[in-house]
Amino acid sequence: MAIFIQQLCNGLALGLVYALVAVGYSLVFGILRLINFSHGAVYAFGAHAAFFFVGLNFGPVPAIIAALVITGLLGVVIDKTALAPLRKKRSVPIAALVTTLGISNIIQNLLVVKFGSQRKPFPDFFNLGAFTLGGIQFSSRQFVMFGVSLVLLLLLLLVVNKTKIGLAMRATAQNAKAASLMGINVNSIITLTFLMGGASAAIAGGMVGGYYQVVYPGMGFMIGLKAFAASVLGGIGSLPGALVGGLLVGVIESIAALYIGSNYRDSMAFIILIVVLIVRPAGLFGKNEVVKV
Amino acid sequence: MDITGRLERFFSQRRIFFFAVVIALLAALPAFGFSRYIMRICIVISIYSMLTLALNLVAGYTGQLSMGNGGFYAIGAYTATLLMINAGLSFWSSLVVAAAFAGISGFLLGLPTLRLKGSYLTIVTLGFGEIVRMILMNWDTVTNGTLGVRNIPLPSLFGVSLSFTNHGLYYLALVLTALVSVFCALVINSKVGRAFIAIREDEIAAQMMGIKTVRYKVLAFVLSATISGIAGAFYAPMVGYIDPNSFTFDISSQIISMAILGGLGTMRGMYFGAAALIVFPEVSRFLMDYRFVIYGLILVLMMRFRPQGLLGWRTRLPYRFGKVLERQLAAEGSLPPLL
Repeated sequence: MAIFIQQLCNGLALGLVYALVAVGYSLVFGILRLINFSHGAVYAFGAHAAFFFVGLNFGPVPAIIAALVITGLLGVVIDKTALAPLRKKRSVPIAALVTTLGISNIIQNLLVVKFGSQRKPFPDFFNLGAFTLGGIQFSSRQFVMFGVSLVLLLLLLLVVNKTKIGLAMRATAQNAKAASLMGINVNSIITLTFLMGGASAAIAGGMVGGYYQVVYPGMGFMIGLKAFAASVLGGIGSLPGALVGGLLVGVIESIAALYIGSNYRDSMAFIILIVVLIVRPAGLFGKNEVVKV
Repeated sequence: MDITGRLERFFSQRRIFFFAVVIALLAALPAFGFSRYIMRICIVISIYSMLTLALNLVAGYTGQLSMGNGGFYAIGAYTATLLMINAGLSFWSSLVVAAAFAGISGFLLGLPTLRLKGSYLTIVTLGFGEIVRMILMNWDTVTNGTLGVRNIPLPSLFGVSLSFTNHGLYYLALVLTALVSVFCALVINSKVGRAFIAIREDEIAAQMMGIKTVRYKVLAFVLSATISGIAGAFYAPMVGYIDPNSFTFDISSQIISMAILGGLGTMRGMYFGAAALIVFPEVSRFLMDYRFVIYGLILVLMMRFRPQGLLGWRTRLPYRFGKVLERQLAAEGSLPPLL
């Protein structure tokens, strides 16, 4: 039982990090109907930026903030240099998808060039020691990770649902053309979306780096796929969906690791995903899009 | 007419000539006495040509982007290997079984298309590829897990082992690719191929015309999976060693990149894309770590400036009409756009 509760906490903490990465997929998909395959690499970039700034003796919090800013900017640069021209040309959706695959290649290999492909130790900066509660030992890292992610996700929800910018984002997601006729600058909304996606990926990267105390250029690959599965699971394009999807993936894979064996941990996300998609094709919280002829 | 348009016309008017020259060159290639390294690259190109041709059936003609073709490739490779090593079957019979087995898994993956469209389908295929890899990694008793399978025997024909030194592997690759190519061409120019194209162009309209869209989409997946399985079954004995990490998502994304670089919906583009993206990292070894940065850059620039692919020009009508009808329609100005 003690192990079960430990794994559950572990799963919840990891799940919220997945949710934080999933938000990046969801926001972009909601607005552009594009699966952004470069997001995993952006996450790895965020973790490396944090690693770099920690190495410059920034201290943990300023380092993460610096990483957040620079990764958010990276998201904007990706959009402006590679994706915006494609939108302007109205090219086919597959072109944008392949572009993001290419960008992911570029970012990941630039990280290899700069930092090397090996695993590098990351400081254990938010470990406040372990504590025991009701005979069960908890690590404080999980709680810090859980708390920070939860606050950030709620903040994102608040921005999207309660502010004017959020309203503009939702309007663009619903119908970009109508939104632009209502005086919304669709291009700057898209830029903002990439900024938010990049920034949340950077925080997730920094925290996972601190949690496992290791960063490497390939780290974004698995978590990117899982977070992506999580966002689809919840209903891609929906923020609460990303949150629930992330938590589900995190908890189920931790518990599966306990009962089925840790080898199957990484495949759980996809198994749940396929089952959910077959039963509910638009995900748990997604709306079925009606095609009008 | 601009320069690319002229080049395209030049090549397409003489395509039978170029076709013959390329086939003759490929058949005579071992006579030039290239090193084992270069012959190996040629074999790898032919494997990837098969994989991209397989993807082309699903993504290029039917318009359903699959990111799980690496999974079928893995299934083909593992099925053939395990049959050869554990059951002692010959290469040829395991090739057939592996292709059939991959086809069946393609049928199973194709079934979700009953309910899923567009991006969601892409996602499920991606998940499928990952699940296949996880199963290969964890089903230790059968697949030997992450350690992989070693010492896969070379295929043999009438008692002669086909290897690099007697160029048997090269000719086997060439024959398999040729068979797959002929098969693809026949499919594309048949009723089935026209149904595929109709689904790609407009699924609802295709349905209205009485095409059973679900049936044809599943069929496209099955054919694609079977061909990928053949490529896998050939790959395993060629390298002699396979492990789950030979079949990561990178393979699927590489196949897609090749198909798109060459030009989805054309067959010539598949060979070209495969050759270009296999040769590029080899010739650019001097760039070291930067070569995969440039690889990504090529993809991005291609999508920006020539999204239809380098060889994605349109030289043919989507369907064959009789000469008389074609002339009449041209006179009326009502010929459909070139494919």
